Amino acid sequence: MNYWPLLGVLVVVLGFIMRFNPVLVVVVAGFISAFAAKIPALNILELLGDGFLKTRTLPVILLLPLAVIGLAERHGLKQQAQQLISTVKGATVGRLLVIYLFCRETTAALGLTSLGGHPQMVRPLLAPMAEALAERNNADLPTTVRDKVKAMAAATDNIGLFFGEDIFVAFGAIILMHTFLRDLNIETDPLHIALWGIPTAIAAFLIHSARLVRFDSYLRAEQQRVSKV
Amino acid sequence: MLNISLVYGLLGSLLLLVALLTARDQSNPRRFSSALFWLLYGLVFLIGDFLPSALVGVIVIVLALIAGFGGLGQGFAQIDDVKLQASIKRIGKKIFIPALCIPLGTLVGVLLLAKIQGDGWQLIDGKNLTLVSLAIAVIFALAFACWLTRETPVQGVREAKRLLEAMGWAVLLPQLLATLGFLFNDAGVGQAVAALSKDYLSLDSRFAAVTAYAIAMAVFTIIMGNAFAAFPVITAGLGVPLLVLQFGGNPAVVAAIGMFCGYCGTLLTPMAANFNLVPAALLGLKDQHLVIKAQAPTAIILLICNIFLLYFLAF
Repeated sequence: MNYWPLLGVLVVVLGFIMRFNPVLVVVVAGFISAFAAKIPALNILELLGDGFLKTRTLPVILLLPLAVIGLAERHGLKQQAQQLISTVKGATVGRLLVIYLFCRETTAALGLTSLGGHPQMVRPLLAPMAEALAERNNADLPTTVRDKVKAMAAATDNIGLFFGEDIFVAFGAIILMHTFLRDLNIETDPLHIALWGIPTAIAAFLIHSARLVRFDSYLRAEQQRVSKV
Repeated sequence: MLNISLVYGLLGSLLLLVALLTARDQSNPRRFSSALFWLLYGLVFLIGDFLPSALVGVIVIVLALIAGFGGLGQGFAQIDDVKLQASIKRIGKKIFIPALCIPLGTLVGVLLLAKIQGDGWQLIDGKNLTLVSLAIAVIFALAFACWLTRETPVQGVREAKRLLEAMGWAVLLPQLLATLGFLFNDAGVGQAVAALSKDYLSLDSRFAAVTAYAIAMAVFTIIMGNAFAAFPVITAGLGVPLLVLQFGGNPAVVAAIGMFCGYCGTLLTPMAANFNLVPAALLGLKDQHLVIKAQAPTAIILLICNIFLLYFLAF
């Protein structure tokens, strides 16, 4: 067994810890692992090219909506979203995000994963709404707190998506697990794999919701601290 | 049949137009290297299939060098406040329609357009249903947004350019990391990790075996950035031989909860760039790891929870 290709993993870990530019870290790590596995240089280029072509589907969902979102932003999308949420009585950052988490997780569990996402939902709608709610009692919120609110909105979208989509039986991960176990001569029913995901999905909702409720008290404490100064 | 080439054609054309506008944008201090970046990236989508793989590999390296060494500049883009206020009054809440057109239109495509088919033909290629539906929804949403805001499609490209510039090098990262996953695979990184974990972990207590499997799934996902890449390696190395064969665990439970342990890892790693780093760039956060920090407590508590769920449900 040749253990040298693990050097690439080490490069990735060190690169991220030392905060080098991730793009360069990734390329260097790939070359180091490939050299360590004694793959010839021309083949490395081919593998790199092939891999990049095969993964072209990844950025599509991120990049295609940008023109529409950008146009809507220039014509008041963010302001309208903030105005809309400000009319809801009793709304807080935590409550908004708990409701969003519930909707995101249940729709993803029904296979409707395209209903959320960072470019379509978080940047233009969810994050501005959360920001407006955080500002409600405190217009000059410090940037660090403001950033935390936006990051929490993005985190909520991810958590809802991850732990919802995996209990949808036709989702790729379920198929992957089923075929992988079949290769090892273990028969499973895809429906069972999906159903056994439900306890974790519920736990994810409860844990993150509890944190969102606590996030509200953090924001209240932050507001009091700022107004005292 | 509408297939993935429609999607690549649309995105490639968008990137070429961005390249053109960037080359002419005198407010961008790095306009030529930036334009070269968007041009090459666009070409990968438009004609990538016709280029030799090694040449695409060279293009990838050039893209990474431009993005990695700060060759991506930002033009000057100001939101005209008078115009914005006028739009807020004139368009009002209708501005939500084009934005919501994208997710809802994609949904309609997935649910309805997919049904349009006859003998041996179908309107949308089933393999890439979501992406093709997304592309169609985006075309309609863009047309509607232009009509609503009285702007030209070129202004739409300018807006896309503004957002792309705000994201900078993060744009390239998800695809590059997935490519690294393939390279690691070909270099035998997975086998090396599996061999290491087999040699050094001899586990005779059931709880220790469950814990080792759950944590190995999370840690290997943190390294690879993707639970799908970690699942075959760790489940073949630890999950099946130990939990299923030795202790007689239910394989459906082991697989389902094991994958979720991997997802806890995804929440913790900068390697999952499209979920963790790109949103930080998209939201303009100062600390690029802030989304991960917001997710970390949920991920860690849930991982512990998963260990107990696995221990009690699988046996």
